Amino acid sequence: MNILFVHFLQVNTPVPRDIPIPLPLPEWLLVVLLVFSFLLHIVFVNLMLGGSIVTLWAEIKGLKNKFYDTLAYEVARTITVNKSLAVVLGVAPLLSINALYTIYFYSANALTGIMWILIIPLVAIAFLLTYLHKYTWHSMERFKILHIGIIALSVLLFLFIPLIFLVNINLMLFPEKWSSIHGFISALFLPNVFPRYFHFLFASLAVTGLFLFWYVGRKNYPFETIFPNNYTRYDVKKIAYSLTLGASVAQFLIGPIVLISLPSKGFGWGLLSIILLGASLALIAMWWIWKALSGPKEAINKRFGGIVVLMTITVLFMGSGRHVYRANALNPHRELMAIKTAEFEKLSANARLNVNKDEASQLSDNALSPVEKGAALFKTNCSICHQKDTKLVGPPITEMVSIYKNNISGLEQWIKAPGKKRPDYPQMPTLSQLSDADRENLAKYILSVQ
Amino acid sequence: MDFPMFHLDWLNDRFLIAMIAIIHVLINHGIAVGFVPYITWLEQKGVKNSKPDEITNLQWDAVAEKMMKVAFIITTTVGAMTGVGIWFSAALVSPASIGSLIRVFYWAWFTEWTIFVTEVVLIMVYYLTWKNANRSLQAKLKHIRFGWYLSVFSWFTMAIIVAILGFMMDPGNWNTHHSFINGFTNPIYLPQLLFRTPTAMIVAGTFGYFLVFIFTKRGSDLRTKTISTTAKWVLFWTPLSILGAIYYYKAMPAAMRDNMSTAVGTIEFQQYYNLLKYIILGATASVLLIALLGVIKPSKIRWYMVVFPTVMAFGFLGIFERVREFIRKPYVIGGYMYSNLLRKEDYPLYQRDGILKYATYTSTPEVTESNKIEAGKNVFMLSCSRCHTTQGINSITYVFERMYGSFNKPLDESAMAAYIPNMHNGRTFMPPFPGNQKEAEALAAYIKFLQQSHETLDGAQTSGVVINPLNNMDAAIQQKLAAHTNDTIKTAQK
Repeated sequence: MNILFVHFLQVNTPVPRDIPIPLPLPEWLLVVLLVFSFLLHIVFVNLMLGGSIVTLWAEIKGLKNKFYDTLAYEVARTITVNKSLAVVLGVAPLLSINALYTIYFYSANALTGIMWILIIPLVAIAFLLTYLHKYTWHSMERFKILHIGIIALSVLLFLFIPLIFLVNINLMLFPEKWSSIHGFISALFLPNVFPRYFHFLFASLAVTGLFLFWYVGRKNYPFETIFPNNYTRYDVKKIAYSLTLGASVAQFLIGPIVLISLPSKGFGWGLLSIILLGASLALIAMWWIWKALSGPKEAINKRFGGIVVLMTITVLFMGSGRHVYRANALNPHRELMAIKTAEFEKLSANARLNVNKDEASQLSDNALSPVEKGAALFKTNCSICHQKDTKLVGPPITEMVSIYKNNISGLEQWIKAPGKKRPDYPQMPTLSQLSDADRENLAKYILSVQ
Repeated sequence: MDFPMFHLDWLNDRFLIAMIAIIHVLINHGIAVGFVPYITWLEQKGVKNSKPDEITNLQWDAVAEKMMKVAFIITTTVGAMTGVGIWFSAALVSPASIGSLIRVFYWAWFTEWTIFVTEVVLIMVYYLTWKNANRSLQAKLKHIRFGWYLSVFSWFTMAIIVAILGFMMDPGNWNTHHSFINGFTNPIYLPQLLFRTPTAMIVAGTFGYFLVFIFTKRGSDLRTKTISTTAKWVLFWTPLSILGAIYYYKAMPAAMRDNMSTAVGTIEFQQYYNLLKYIILGATASVLLIALLGVIKPSKIRWYMVVFPTVMAFGFLGIFERVREFIRKPYVIGGYMYSNLLRKEDYPLYQRDGILKYATYTSTPEVTESNKIEAGKNVFMLSCSRCHTTQGINSITYVFERMYGSFNKPLDESAMAAYIPNMHNGRTFMPPFPGNQKEAEALAAYIKFLQQSHETLDGAQTSGVVINPLNNMDAAIQQKLAAHTNDTIKTAQK
């Protein structure tokens, strides 16, 4: 096993030290928190992205058919709520990944720094656009194309932002690549970024389909007063299910590409079985959706609960698989990092010990005269600005002597509370670390200089 | 040391955090913590002042609803994102400190998060159900109650965050015990909270004036009434804010004195501290003046008259944040980690062997005659770049030129090399120089080179990283095998 990972991790790999503070929780608990809170977050991200794509599509189709326009408005109204939940639910997984993978995550962030921090304004702008789109729905009815342009712009932003996150999540797994990265673009083209991106994209559409199915099917949803009267809930539900089914089929094409393009270092039988198990559950759900779509109108709601449960389990499996890969890929490196950190802590402790010994031996040296003590104090506290007979930052010693020749307490007072006398010199800072005795010794030394 | 160094060489790394944080604080205090109770109060007044056969005064209620809409949109977009942005920017600029804090304060932040989730859900419920609540008096009263709940939750998020801020400033306690409770018992916790609460209310009120101007017609009775109501709100909170500010102002030097090596007497602190007095006076006086006019002659108020007090109120909050940040120096985590992200306890090792040797990313593991400038650049990146740039804001060349008064003369390399290792004695807000003598010389050479060449320095986000051969995989494997051999020998000896 050792030989294997040494072989895979190249020599051009940094091994930094870890933060030398224990994790706040047992590692397994942090992992559970990370996986669950992340899935909760990503579902709302899916709904935000999927919802805005559906809105854009329906609003364009709505130019010809009022039904689609109504559908677009109904979906648009959910985006702003889902996006708020997506952001706020993102904090917990962010906190957990920061604690668990501090070195890896922050290193990836720094290497793609400009784009990483641009997430903040880009998301804020995208959110403002979704509000603009929602709240100008009626007032811009006569400028439909412009109105569609607003949601199109926010869809573009929503499509781009996940790519930044994915680049970081991907880059953190490969310390061996860090020295070859020069900014976001070069990290973008590491293998596996784009396959994972499309995997996420289609997941968003699939989840949004299920959400839409539930949303219009709710008992207290006044469908009949909202939509044109020749349409029924069935029409929307059919669109919703078709979206989920179509996106899921696409997942079966992209999924294998994601697997193949994953660098082999995190691979294992465990990972493969988790993913295949998740995929097979999704197949059952897809079959049920197909039956509902092709069956009679009245039966479309049959098995909706079961489909949601199966899809949720699939998502849990995929989320866990994702973590298993990350753990497999990074554990050998983490092990080396832990050894390195422990060795450094020992070195640092030794160096500390020796300094303390030196200081102790200096302190025991009581034989020094006041002038000698003052000279030592002058060297560490004053010599950076004052020299014997030339101006450095402040005036030279010779000048001090000429001013305070017969006034040692005046000099001590000045050191205690320095002021600003000369226009062409900066003010002297207060040296609050000095004691009265220090100042006395210092003054004695200064006035002893010939 | 252990992270690729993100660096903004013109803007200054700290400025990035400050910019995001200030926007967030203004939105959080002014448009959430202070604004929600203000709007709820307005909504309640609408019900009180309605005719017996109405649920509420609909005109009045519509103004309050529109004002809340603006707050709702801003807080859930820019407000929320700048909150996340503080994390993002801190992780970029100060990964070692934020990484350490998360390991200790995980639960504090987790708790904060659950309260934050509640706050966001409540704000959505409060705003999105506003129009529906106007159906019946019962629903309206319930909605108003919701507003008060939301006010309490927003205030709680602030109360917890202030404790986290307080902990970072509490010197010594990191090294003794990592208890979050210390954040609350910190000497400036209560002063901060008592200052922030009424000041948030004032900022909300001044923001409210503007919205009233937008959503009411000039000369209308509605405008006069909403203006005078807002003025009363501001008038009520101003004395409390003044008291809070004085309390906080007085508590600051004590907090700073505790910060072991940082001197209250430094010129830099004194400058801020003096400025603070004038800002307290100027801000509260102008806010008070407009509020008085608003109560006595509300029809005389125009939007431009409110600009100055609003800017002053924003500045009022902002300058306290600046001074609070300054008190922390030279530490980023009191007594434990300096603002250059190096741990105090590792200093003896770095000063003995040099800092470059232990850096994960450096092109020069050691200073030699031929690599002096390059090594100086690496030393600068590792030990100065968190606060200084090369030619931009707070640039290293500028601070030396200012100190030596040599704006037109070349800097003296040997004077700088002698100054750097001792600088913390005179400039107590600066962390001590972490490297050895050779590294100080290389740094001085680099600073002089910067002054002469006007070169700039790219961060890892553009130029990437070079791995120190002493800290690559090869070296780590050697270390592992050595540790393994040692263990085997020890077991054999037993």
